[in-house]
Amino acid sequence: MKLVVVSAGLSVPSSTRLLADRLAAAVGRGTPVDRQVAETRVAETQVAEAQNVETQVVELRDLAVEIAHNFTNGFPGRSLAAAIDVVAGADGLIVVTPVFSASYSGLFKSFFDVLSVSDADALAGKPVLIGATGGTARHSLVLDHALRPLFAYLRAVVVPTGVYAASEDWGAEGLDGRIERAAGELAGLMTGLSMAKQAPQAPQATQAPQVKQVKQVEQVEQVAKGGLGSVGDPGDFAVVPFEERLAALRA
Amino acid sequence: MQFGIFSVGDVTPDPTTGRTPTEHERIKAMVAIALKAEEVGLDVFATGEHHNPPFVPSSPTTMLGYVAARTEKLVLSTSTTLITTNDPVKIAEDFAMLQHLADGRVDLMMGRGNTGPVYPWFGKDIRQGINLAVENYALLRRLWREDAVTWEGKFRTPLQGFTSTPRPLDGVPPFVWHGSIRSPEIAEQAAYYGDGFFHNNIFWPAEHTKRMVELYRSRYAHYGHGTPEQAIVGLGGQVFMRKNSQDAVREFRPYFDVAPVYGHGPSLEEFTEQTPLTVGSPEQVIEKTLAFREYAGDYQRQLFLLDHAGLPLKTVLEQLDLLGQEVVPVLRKEFAVGRPADVPEAPTHQSLLDAAPKGVTAE
Repeated sequence: MKLVVVSAGLSVPSSTRLLADRLAAAVGRGTPVDRQVAETRVAETQVAEAQNVETQVVELRDLAVEIAHNFTNGFPGRSLAAAIDVVAGADGLIVVTPVFSASYSGLFKSFFDVLSVSDADALAGKPVLIGATGGTARHSLVLDHALRPLFAYLRAVVVPTGVYAASEDWGAEGLDGRIERAAGELAGLMTGLSMAKQAPQAPQATQAPQVKQVKQVEQVEQVAKGGLGSVGDPGDFAVVPFEERLAALRA
Repeated sequence: MQFGIFSVGDVTPDPTTGRTPTEHERIKAMVAIALKAEEVGLDVFATGEHHNPPFVPSSPTTMLGYVAARTEKLVLSTSTTLITTNDPVKIAEDFAMLQHLADGRVDLMMGRGNTGPVYPWFGKDIRQGINLAVENYALLRRLWREDAVTWEGKFRTPLQGFTSTPRPLDGVPPFVWHGSIRSPEIAEQAAYYGDGFFHNNIFWPAEHTKRMVELYRSRYAHYGHGTPEQAIVGLGGQVFMRKNSQDAVREFRPYFDVAPVYGHGPSLEEFTEQTPLTVGSPEQVIEKTLAFREYAGDYQRQLFLLDHAGLPLKTVLEQLDLLGQEVVPVLRKEFAVGRPADVPEAPTHQSLLDAAPKGVTAE
């Protein structure tokens, strides 16, 4: 499973990145917790795969200029395009931002703005753990008043526990417990959703939803055979056959 | 293969002098550029259509009619004609009239237009953008192909036995391209009708262009118009040239840095690396343009944007000299190498007339 960490920390080292790394490590440890649940459903080989968490980190600081250029140009630069692909391909996300002016940072929001322009469905159904850091605990509701609505809008599945770390939390009790709880929730969702994807669907294969999809949305892949060489990533384009557009107007 | 230029028709201050041309100067400059295109041996001139400042070309067939009267060979086209906000009846009439005056040297490129406020100015609803494009174009095709059209739709008053006049020259409607930047729907529409697909790739990385063109080609074949390789593809490109590439970069940089579309973003170097913009010697333009074929396949029409970023007319005319004398002759020769015999040229009035069933002038 692919776990992707998006960190909007600005300083080096950054407490935002530190929190992100702690959360990622806890998710890695968290997957075995689900083993019992998983074993009751699927074969052991799949459980083994599910525990194999591969973590990648996207540091938004390094992409700040390309993100700004994406707004003026309309297309992402190479590094940003690669980051967008990584995030879109993740099985689960950890997103952590410092608090600026009572909300996520502009850089953090800008990344998800260009991501959603590039692919509006990039986060749909994706488990996301939200985290934030700040100088004082007075900003802790930023998680539920700013980050949670943002990711709800992007149709992500936000885990119930968000983790906020104020400066004072790093030396205090309680942060570890919140990290473990949130990470366990994310690991559970990632494992569960990943199992659901892998689960055999043979009995449903010929039922309505799939038939409908083939009929209404012809994947380019199906018709691209015989085209020029390889079709880059045809799954990106789903085209409504033109007859249907004409017919819809006559209806 | 056809080579030409397309103009947006923007009135942009020259950043090196601070001077903004008047609308009158810009309109006359566009015409001078079109005439120069024929003089230096290019095949096509296309004008944009815009209805808001700082753009001047709101009435393309008026301008193209004037250019037609002063040229002999140049194919006159648009980039693009707004199929959403123009009445398809008026498009049918205007372009048939232009066809007659230009002796068939006319085609046009359909576009939806991406300026939201324009829609209500013409009594249209932008939320219906795609549906307007679909319905209006379907009607336009009938108006050109059927002598008496009885029609009812969602977006204009019904027609009862309506005859659009004049009828297309020799009964052959102008060839239509569909211009697109980012909409797969447009590639699908062009493929459905077997029309041309012009991907205005000037601000897009090659990978995006490749995917859009492949989509169009595969759908063109799907609808039975020919093989994917036989689909009719056009591409854009924008250049600034001097004999010495360093001179080109030095001269164009102040224009690039503050231009309405390029400026205040990535550096000239980053932009040229990722998009078709070429700032350099004619040899560099040749090299970059020839590479388009590697991801778009053998194609039919290459249009260059030269009058951009507020460049003065004199400079643009110098660009046309370089394009006509040093770039296009080499491109014609090189693009012909290895081009399969069954890849068609861009349709012209004559080729469409030759292909039409004898004695039949309308579907």
